[in-house]
Amino acid sequence: MTAALALGDDALVLSHRLGEWAGHAPVLEEEVALANIALDLLGQARMLLSFVGDEDQLAYLREERAFRNVQLVEQPNGDFAHTMARQLYFSVYQHLLYEELATGEGEFADLAAKAVKEVAYHRDHAEQWVLRLGDGTTESHERMQLALDALWRYTGELFEPVEGVDVDAHALRDGWLAAVTSVVDRATLALPSGPQAGAWAAGAGRQGLHTEPFGRMLAEMQHLHRSHPGASW
Amino acid sequence: MVTTETPLEAEFHRLAGSVPDPELPVITLDELGVLRRVRVDGPDKVTVHLTPTYTGCPAIEAMSADIQRVLHERGVADVSVVTVLAPAWSTDDISDEGRRKLAEFGIAPPRPGGAPDGPVPLTLSVRCPHCGSTDTELLSRFSSTACKALRRCVACREPFDHFKEL
Repeated sequence: MTAALALGDDALVLSHRLGEWAGHAPVLEEEVALANIALDLLGQARMLLSFVGDEDQLAYLREERAFRNVQLVEQPNGDFAHTMARQLYFSVYQHLLYEELATGEGEFADLAAKAVKEVAYHRDHAEQWVLRLGDGTTESHERMQLALDALWRYTGELFEPVEGVDVDAHALRDGWLAAVTSVVDRATLALPSGPQAGAWAAGAGRQGLHTEPFGRMLAEMQHLHRSHPGASW
Repeated sequence: MVTTETPLEAEFHRLAGSVPDPELPVITLDELGVLRRVRVDGPDKVTVHLTPTYTGCPAIEAMSADIQRVLHERGVADVSVVTVLAPAWSTDDISDEGRRKLAEFGIAPPRPGGAPDGPVPLTLSVRCPHCGSTDTELLSRFSSTACKALRRCVACREPFDHFKEL
């Protein structure tokens, strides 16, 4: 239950953040791509939250402190580079995590086996953009680097063990670091040097402590349902 | 998964399988490979196992309603459609007939072999469904629906959807 909530909230919150790009993406193809990735994540969130209870109740009627997503996924979109940095950090993590869960016998194995194929495309999308922006113009290089640096301190939380998620957190972190380092190197960028964990890093989302922008995001995500309970299209 | 169907189940299977895909009405659910099983549980009771193409595919609800409708029309009072995830659907589950119809409709069918492991290398060329040229390029990995990528034909310059491998 803790596990389904954690993984489900990650997917739900990131889905909502990506959905915020609708109408604002730099080009039409990206508008469509980000909405598609958001839709995949929403599908995963629905299944994961359904392990816990009523999906609508959980998505729309919980208070901020009851959400168990990592703080990384709730960070605002920022510029396109920030969104891609968040996508790179998260999709590499989610891809490795689902790969691992898919081989196990746990309750998430079927879902992970299905979702891992979708997430492979999310990961590829993020990697291609980080390469393109990092190894692009001076301006795009600088902004991609700023984005990687800004979100780095939220990445340590990805590797804190979650009760009921049967993976080796150390191995997951090693795999993640190797994959991210490889992309960052090829993109001619520098791997951020700040702390990933510890007193100077962020991350207590799994315990229900969230960053300031999350409250405003929830207000927008939940207000329709709260104002008009049971509304449907 | 090997299950033996009774003649009645086979008939219901054909009926449910003939429902067109809500988003790609040129192909049927059977050709898409999403209909897993039809089981008769009682005189007026049928359970249908359906698998989603993508986890978030919004068409699954419309598929489910359409299956219920055709079976109700056939006289089955109680039809329940259950979503199953395992084994995960793959584009390899699309039948040859389904692939032919997709191409005819202007959507390049998926290449065999399913999704590659890990990052997605695109090596084998995708044939343009309009002019048949294999000189095509990827515009975006995501197109009008999650299951398609957007490509462009270098020869005839037409953009087209490609049902991407999963």
